[in-house]
Amino acid sequence: MLLISCPWCGQRDESEFSYGGEAHIVRPPDPDAIDDEAWADYLFFRTNPKGEHREQWLHSAGCRRWFNVVRDTVTYKISAIYKVGETPPSQENESQNNNQSEQVSK
Amino acid sequence: MNKYSIFSLARNALSHHENWQKAWRSPSPKKSYDAIIVGGGGHGLATAYYLAKEHGIRNIAVLEKGWIGGGNTGRNTTIVRSNYLWDEAANLYEKSMKLWEGLSQDLNYNVMFSQRGVYNLGHSLQDMRDIHRRVNANRLNGIDGEVIEVEELAKRIPFLNCSPDTRYPILGASYQARGGTARHDAVAWGFARAADSLGVDIIQNCEVTGIRREAGKVLGVDTSQGYIQSSKVGVVTAGSSGVLAAMAGMRLPLESHPLQAYVSEPIKPILDTVVMSNAVHGYISQSDKGDLVIGAGIDSYNGYGQRGSFSTIEHAMSAILELFPIFSRVRMNRQWGGIVDTCPDACPIISKTPIEGLYFNCGWGTGGFKATPGSGWVFAHTIANDQPHELNAAFALERFITGALIDEHGAAGVAH
Repeated sequence: MLLISCPWCGQRDESEFSYGGEAHIVRPPDPDAIDDEAWADYLFFRTNPKGEHREQWLHSAGCRRWFNVVRDTVTYKISAIYKVGETPPSQENESQNNNQSEQVSK
Repeated sequence: MNKYSIFSLARNALSHHENWQKAWRSPSPKKSYDAIIVGGGGHGLATAYYLAKEHGIRNIAVLEKGWIGGGNTGRNTTIVRSNYLWDEAANLYEKSMKLWEGLSQDLNYNVMFSQRGVYNLGHSLQDMRDIHRRVNANRLNGIDGEVIEVEELAKRIPFLNCSPDTRYPILGASYQARGGTARHDAVAWGFARAADSLGVDIIQNCEVTGIRREAGKVLGVDTSQGYIQSSKVGVVTAGSSGVLAAMAGMRLPLESHPLQAYVSEPIKPILDTVVMSNAVHGYISQSDKGDLVIGAGIDSYNGYGQRGSFSTIEHAMSAILELFPIFSRVRMNRQWGGIVDTCPDACPIISKTPIEGLYFNCGWGTGGFKATPGSGWVFAHTIANDQPHELNAAFALERFITGALIDEHGAAGVAH
């Protein structure tokens, strides 16, 4: 059972939250300008890492607000929680992820 | 390989069953193979078996990071059915069903395939409309199916709570008589033994750590037992597919989640069929040992830890008790989790990739066991001919780009 610290409400049980999948997936600003492959990458393709994962959670049975979590997908240990719009704690991973999505869209 | 028969049983009984031949060898990997299958689960072993049997490619290695039958093949609820809605999925799962029906003879290994029937319950008028539609679609595809009304259901499954006074009253069910269960370990062992006897090297404790490629072609794989060369690599690694894809510089439209299964203490025979419910979301059958075998939903969040969350256990048990209140005092014995790779349309990917010689068979999500023989059969065809069989052509990776998805969330039996 996960204990998740909502940035607004504090530590609550996992059953109060809903999962929102991978975080920081940006909707292409002009969908008409990109090809089907890039659109598919945005819609369906995911990093699905074994290890550190940055993901969205919704405190659905609480304040009903979204926030981001950095969680290890093997140990399930949560290493960071930050609000939407805030900079993720490790910028290094950010640039790695961007490189990966660029590779696929080529 | 000695053939299993009543005579070999009698002969070995005379020597107190101490002289049985090992079911498969434990070879060291060769430097090079005609084809490498990554993942020694049911699907991977079936692929190797059909490559050897149907396509004459026998210089094959199956690389398994753990042991045979230690992954999802040994961690599921063993349900077999083919009552899927869309033609593409129905034909694929029906191919598998036909292979199941002769599998024990074909493999010379008793996989204990038991066609005890599968009921998919409906709890609302819309459920029943969907059930009618799916049964009609099945019958048009030559797959057996019938709609059972609740009065008949109450007679057939005596302890199923068919009272109208429940929170989600049962209104009826679809029924596939040819559906049922199979012994999951035996499926892995049977395919392993049969593939081995055709010359396939099954290499356990051999984890793939890298996929070497050059100029868009596969060269081989780095493993914990050294580099192995092959121009054809088939990846069948379920929950770890994303990890393998990353080794090849690819991403897949998959997310890995834990899916749990549960067995109770053994009790006397009480349930002679398989009962599944989408709405309250649980499924149950009784094994030959007497344990109730129970499954339900995945953990909502991505996970690679082979265990599940407690809230999911509670949800599964409450669903089963909604259907069978009589089981309220049965004690659960064991619980375990496997990592399933869920696809956005609840259908698998059995496909070539942009890299020549690299093939992926993944995305089976929560319902791969039933497809084990058929999945291996079409994947073997895809690898041997470098093009998909007509049964799996629609399950290509490209469908996520073209938009030709096959939405089987309804018939997959589990709301992802």
